[in-house]
Amino acid sequence: MTSLMGHPSGQTVGYSFSQPTAAPVKEHSFYPYTDNGGSTLGITGSDFAILAGDTRSTSGYSINSRMVPKVFKIGGDDETGKGAHILLSVVGFAADGNALKERLDAVVKMYKYQHGKSMSVTACAQRLSTILYGKRFFPYYVHVILAGLDEEGKGALYSYDPVGSYEREECRAAGAASSLIMPFLDNQVKFKNQYVPGSGEGHALQPKKAEPLPRETVEQLVRDAFTSAVERHIEVGDNLQMMIITRDGIEEIFHPLKKD
Amino acid sequence: MPGFDFSNYNRNAALHARGVPLPKATSTGTTIVGCIYDNGVVIAADTRATSGPIVADKNCEKLHYISPKIWCAGAGTAADTEFTTALISSNVELHSLSTGRDPRVITCMTMLKQHLFRYQGHIGAYLVVAGADPTGVSLFTVHAHGSTDKLPYVTMGSGSLAAMSVFETMWRPNLDREGAVALCSEAIKAGIFNDLGSGSNVDVCVISKDKPTELLRNYMRPNERGHKERNYRFPKGTTAWLNQKIISKEDMKNYVTIENLSGSDELATGEKMEVDS
Repeated sequence: MTSLMGHPSGQTVGYSFSQPTAAPVKEHSFYPYTDNGGSTLGITGSDFAILAGDTRSTSGYSINSRMVPKVFKIGGDDETGKGAHILLSVVGFAADGNALKERLDAVVKMYKYQHGKSMSVTACAQRLSTILYGKRFFPYYVHVILAGLDEEGKGALYSYDPVGSYEREECRAAGAASSLIMPFLDNQVKFKNQYVPGSGEGHALQPKKAEPLPRETVEQLVRDAFTSAVERHIEVGDNLQMMIITRDGIEEIFHPLKKD
Repeated sequence: MPGFDFSNYNRNAALHARGVPLPKATSTGTTIVGCIYDNGVVIAADTRATSGPIVADKNCEKLHYISPKIWCAGAGTAADTEFTTALISSNVELHSLSTGRDPRVITCMTMLKQHLFRYQGHIGAYLVVAGADPTGVSLFTVHAHGSTDKLPYVTMGSGSLAAMSVFETMWRPNLDREGAVALCSEAIKAGIFNDLGSGSNVDVCVISKDKPTELLRNYMRPNERGHKERNYRFPKGTTAWLNQKIISKEDMKNYVTIENLSGSDELATGEKMEVDS
């Protein structure tokens, strides 16, 4: 044992015969992103749009918080978001999501101060794409959905990838359980893979036509989507936050989800 | 040839070197606990099985039978806990038959650790072994690499820290049966609610010196599913098809053998076991 003691520090006695001649190259790395889990979804109607998300924040197998909202009012007059006419949901890396929300909120407010009118949802959608692409090589690690009412008063929904590719849609699910929820939405909102019984033989069979759903139905679909996602995805749970935008303003509803 | 087959080892190593990922096993990212009381021992487990972030089974059984008075709670790779406990259960039975004595927990624990050590941790079974035998009541943990512990209260799995926090605040010596069951189920609940790898229900197994073992399947169900608000039954004819063929019951006989059973004595009897005369 004494022979092992008082050995030059930094060098350990091993059982292998070949002693390394130089210190091995050590690569250090820093990964600035984390996945905070959770899921969001948005559906439009003829005169409304709904954005919803669960309120769980996770990292690995741990729960950071059971109450971190993912849906925000954009361009409100004060910190409560009163007077806002645009909704934004962010899911993915929560820190980036928060930074992005703050930045878009500031942009929409500046627009109002400079032009004396509120920003249209179409303009805000294009601006958000520009903001995301501005960080093309160090992206905001988020999937965002923007919602509001268009110039005709119809529900408008825009979904984005992390670097700004966007599209107007009728429904979209994002985040951890998006692969579970999106096929459900395709089937129940756009009636994909559904046909009108007895409308024809073989290829002549008529597909069931999609049309805007009433608000009550959409709210039920959102709640069913989330209670089901909670059953099968470990990062989704705790509470459901729903924001509904109509010509009368924005309504926010919370609904408990399973906490396991 | 019984046992593990390594004939694909070289092929898999070559595939892996070329970037083909290894297959992912269903892991029971789990909370399992055990606690000794004055006249026996209690083990408990949650019932969630996961594959990555997806819940593979909402109500699986993680309490495994070894012998009437020795039971095992398993965490880690689902198949490994299942097969390892089944193998040791068989060997424990044979050992007890050959010695003519009731099996001992320490025998079972030693067989488990020697089996797991031989496989150098590649068999991902993390177990809580508990039972009552002629020497008394015992409780052990066995890790996949073969190390073991003997303690009055134990936790394992991804929810082990949450569960141990309950034991460290509420455990006291000389618990009675009800106290041990309550403490174990409380520890499992801490795992269910604070560890994402654990969830759904609480299973409990009570082994006592002088009473038959009780398996309390779904002893607690604190996570009932929320009811669905809409009805998702599709009207008949919703699905598209390109052609259809109707097979009558008579024509069915060309494809399968149909046997009509009558009377309860013949109904669904299995093959008779071969017994020495």
